Amino acid sequence: MAGEGLALWLADAGLWQILIAAWDVLWHNFDQVVLSPLQYPLLARSLAAAIVVGIVSGVLGTYVVVRGMAFFGDALAHAILPGVAFAYQRANGGTDNLFWGGLVAGVLSALGIGYLTRHEKIREDTAIGVVFAAMFALGIAMISRINNYAGDLSHILFGQILGVSEGDLLRIIGFGAAVLLVVALFFKEFMIISFDPALARTLRLPTEAFRLLLLVLIAVTIVVSLQTVGIALMVALLVTPAATAQLVSKRLLPMMFVSALFGAASSIIGFYISYYQDIATGPAIVLTATALFLFVFSVQQTRQAIAQTWPRLRTIRERLKTSPPGTLSLHGDEE
Amino acid sequence: MADFSLRTLLNRQAEPADCDSPLPVMTVRDLSAGYNGHQAIAHITFDVFAGERVGIVGPNGAGKSTLFKALVGLLPHQGAISIQGASCRDSHGMIGYVPQYEAIDWRFPATVWDVVMMGRARQIGYILPPRKRDREAVRQALERVGMWALRKRQIGELSGGQRRRVFVARALAQQASVLLLDEPFSGVDAAAENDIFQVLDVLREEGVAVLLATHNLVQAATHYDRLMLLSGGRMLAYGPPAEVYTPDNLAATFGERIALLRDGDQYLVIPDQPCHDHDELRHVHAHRMT
Repeated sequence: MAGEGLALWLADAGLWQILIAAWDVLWHNFDQVVLSPLQYPLLARSLAAAIVVGIVSGVLGTYVVVRGMAFFGDALAHAILPGVAFAYQRANGGTDNLFWGGLVAGVLSALGIGYLTRHEKIREDTAIGVVFAAMFALGIAMISRINNYAGDLSHILFGQILGVSEGDLLRIIGFGAAVLLVVALFFKEFMIISFDPALARTLRLPTEAFRLLLLVLIAVTIVVSLQTVGIALMVALLVTPAATAQLVSKRLLPMMFVSALFGAASSIIGFYISYYQDIATGPAIVLTATALFLFVFSVQQTRQAIAQTWPRLRTIRERLKTSPPGTLSLHGDEE
Repeated sequence: MADFSLRTLLNRQAEPADCDSPLPVMTVRDLSAGYNGHQAIAHITFDVFAGERVGIVGPNGAGKSTLFKALVGLLPHQGAISIQGASCRDSHGMIGYVPQYEAIDWRFPATVWDVVMMGRARQIGYILPPRKRDREAVRQALERVGMWALRKRQIGELSGGQRRRVFVARALAQQASVLLLDEPFSGVDAAAENDIFQVLDVLREEGVAVLLATHNLVQAATHYDRLMLLSGGRMLAYGPPAEVYTPDNLAATFGERIALLRDGDQYLVIPDQPCHDHDELRHVHAHRMT
């Protein structure tokens, strides 16, 4: 009896029906809904930046999730604040050097945390807590010395995607591509040090160098993504799409692709929600990513529930069939 | 003719020497290691021959895990370790290591195939993808331990015994000449234990020497070629079980808390006094086996 498969198929078909209907509505209003915001170069740039950021942080987020580094990612995002503040101060309120300031602070923090946790003398989360709080406090202290800091601080904390200039976009694309290239080159080695560091040591791979390289890649990803969602929400870009991807993947490479897909999708959908509902872009993207996670999670739970419940229903039905007539108020099932 | 292809340049790797020499596959001389300046093991010297199965026995804190970590290269150490004549530093992948069960995240998105392929990383080299030779080695290793049919399973979907088989297959694919297993029997039922011994027999046929850390004194007495008694970071005895299991040695290893009775091929472990806080003693408490 293929009832179980049928039930799953029906559930899937219902799901697809909804998705196709949504796509249909979108398709018929494509020019008006999707393309009209993009006539403004500023918005088109913002969307492009958001997509690149979604892909890159989706891929790197895969390592963050499988290595259990969510706290590290959050901390590192906060730890770049002093670098950003320093660049801001030097440029008298200009935003051109924020990227480089953040990059220096991010890489230094990543290496600092890596150094402290080298021999497991200090627990990793303790070291992260120490470095992260200190760097963040330093950043806020620096910003507080600048006049009218409140508004600027919020841009750094929560992102300012509409400020993406052409140079910003090129930098985002360039660094994003570089990060992806390094991941592609050392995919195998990163997988080994993430899954089983002891194997990496027995194979005499430069384990420590790869670990630091991975931390630096995450730092670069965070700095690249800074303009999109800002410091405070950065961890969501790293963790949520990858967590969604882990629900549906059983190998690392497919998980990366799916994660990049969910990251890009969150960016696109979040961008349009932000545009039409007049919500800040960062939160819109993050909430979209969360919605996608919850959606995939509940679909999976439902599928599991169906797969588990169906055999039970079948046994109940068979018991009803075999019980003596008259004892149950169930009509004969001619199946 | 010199070969300057990318692959050769990236993979300056020594091929393992032949296994059929009468020389030991692994020699360890005066090995000391520890954490933060404190020496957890000191002056350990022993030889392991091809295909041998060596049990490392001792109470908690005796230094079993430290010894393994030093051998693998996870800890800085003094003394000499050489594998088939090559010094430890050059022994790419000649030691295989099966970490304690708890040290692995079983939700990791990797299939059985992926995990075994990881053992080939050195042979494949940086940047490059696996070649036919590597895929063939993985296939053979999986067939050898009877896991070929399950190669597409995610590792978290396997049973405890199957998971350990995968790691043994990885050591085979890696062409390790020595395999270290840290507490492979912890949290394993009798059937899975049997399963593990079957796979260990495969390793013996392949000439791979196996070192196991274990709590189980009785099992150690009957299933191993040699035993090492460790206590307080010192090696108290090393040799065949019948020579090692003397009342003096056992008393020195476990204190006066334990006695091992021998009746032909049967062993019986008796703790001399009730022990409340020593898990390993409770574990072997009146554990009887032929």
